[in-house]
Amino acid sequence: MNTIAPEIISARNLTAGYSNNTVWREGSFTVNRGEFVAIIGPNGAGKTTLFRLILGLQQPLGGNIEIFNAEPRRGNPLIGYVPQRHGIDSETNIESLELVRLAFSGRNWGVSLSGRDRQAALGAMKDVGAQELAHRSLSVLSGGELQRIFLAEALVSGPELLLLDEPLSNLDLRHEKDLVQLVNKVVRSRNVTALLIAHNINPLLPFLDKVIFIANGKVATGKPEEVLTSESLTALYGVPVEVLRDSRGNVAIVGIEQHHGDE
Amino acid sequence: MTFSVNFVTDIQELFRYPFMQHAIEAGTIVAVIAGIVGYFVVLRRSSFAAHALSHIGFAGAAGAVLFAVSPVYGLLLFTGVGGSAMAVLSPRAAHRDVHIGTVLAFMLGLGVLFISLYAGNSSQTYSILFGQILGISSGDVLLTLAAGVTILAVVAVVYRPLLFSSLDEDVAEAKGMPTFLLGVIFMLLVAVATSIAVQVVGVLLIFSLMVTPAAISQQLAKRPRTAIMISVTIALLATWLGLSIAYYGPPYPVSFYITTLVFSFYLFVRFVYRRVRPLTAYRAASQAT
Repeated sequence: MNTIAPEIISARNLTAGYSNNTVWREGSFTVNRGEFVAIIGPNGAGKTTLFRLILGLQQPLGGNIEIFNAEPRRGNPLIGYVPQRHGIDSETNIESLELVRLAFSGRNWGVSLSGRDRQAALGAMKDVGAQELAHRSLSVLSGGELQRIFLAEALVSGPELLLLDEPLSNLDLRHEKDLVQLVNKVVRSRNVTALLIAHNINPLLPFLDKVIFIANGKVATGKPEEVLTSESLTALYGVPVEVLRDSRGNVAIVGIEQHHGDE
Repeated sequence: MTFSVNFVTDIQELFRYPFMQHAIEAGTIVAVIAGIVGYFVVLRRSSFAAHALSHIGFAGAAGAVLFAVSPVYGLLLFTGVGGSAMAVLSPRAAHRDVHIGTVLAFMLGLGVLFISLYAGNSSQTYSILFGQILGISSGDVLLTLAAGVTILAVVAVVYRPLLFSSLDEDVAEAKGMPTFLLGVIFMLLVAVATSIAVQVVGVLLIFSLMVTPAAISQQLAKRPRTAIMISVTIALLATWLGLSIAYYGPPYPVSFYITTLVFSFYLFVRFVYRRVRPLTAYRAASQAT
């Protein structure tokens, strides 16, 4: 069984982009079973592109990537995916439970009278503490509630790898913290692997096993304390960068202007 | 044909003439189909595409008249090709409007050309634009039935995949579902539904059956099956009542009555029901706790 191997993702000299437009190159990293990994980087750096490679929605331009010791393939049932949603908003008057049920049984053709999808959906919603939202409409849920529903939607088919694309954007500090703790709980209790794309690493820092930092067409990976250093990020960005830490361990990454001497 | 207090005889009276029988039969099939397909049109936010397909159908219908063929064949051909082309050329709904608008303007122009080439009776054109439910032949009813049964069968097969990919396309794609194929199937469903609905309300009023009932139902119900049933019910009520009023009341066009009734439902839900609903929701919530 390939699921016994500890390496869930292994990338070697991976280069990503679209036909003649390289987004980043020569990324090499591994992600092991049960790890909670943050993918950090500026807008347009190619974080979502990495997810598309893992999901088999896009081919690498170079190097190779293996997911569960096999080539990525579209529709891998071992992966649960939470994309950035644009289609579900205050106009979407659909019961939350229906969405999670469809994530379980939506691939099946024809009509069904079995209630298996309903049971599975209610179970997944309970796991993320969203059972009281089951009969509420997606149109009235807050950002934090919606993200919990989306997490249930990803978990309902029992995946071993979770890909979460910017679930923290649009959340206030408290909900940000709640959601990160929830993802961490899911990762630890189910022994699943989670990759989470974020802009701000600070709410994630206490829980992370690994960071994949994508910037300037390059990729840096390692433990947070290895990657989030002035030296490592200066090498990544190619311009002087300083990593500042406050008393509670929060980091701020600031660019340092080149010193041109005294005037 | 006067209206009495005895509903049984009133309804029997409605079926007295073959033209009314055909109208009720075709109208019923169209209302059911439009209510179902319309639900997906609104869910996928493709109402402009549905609107455009009916205009594309107009060129087809006008062309069919020019070649002395029944307009519905021209409608089916043009909307089928047009719908598939829309699905293939712009698989994602976003930014589709300009492309669709460009094609629809060209198609309307083509329709105008066909009409000017056709030297015959202009009432054909009028009925394509505004519907002519009272002129439906028994052959048209059979064709409508065949189209309706086909749509129902296809929807029964694709229901869940289509629902999921309409609601959450990115996840559906990642799950390996055939989202592109589902997009093409959806546009073909809209094409066939539009083609048969044109007989009832015409090209210009297609929104009233294909979009408005479904839009109302999505305000009222958050479960898809319930919403589809409400959408079908509104379309049916509007069609049946519209025919009855035209039969017993002032003899204005049936499509005028249907559009007015649908619009009244819309106004009621938009401005009256939605003010009452928070109260009932509050009661339900306080009972639940």
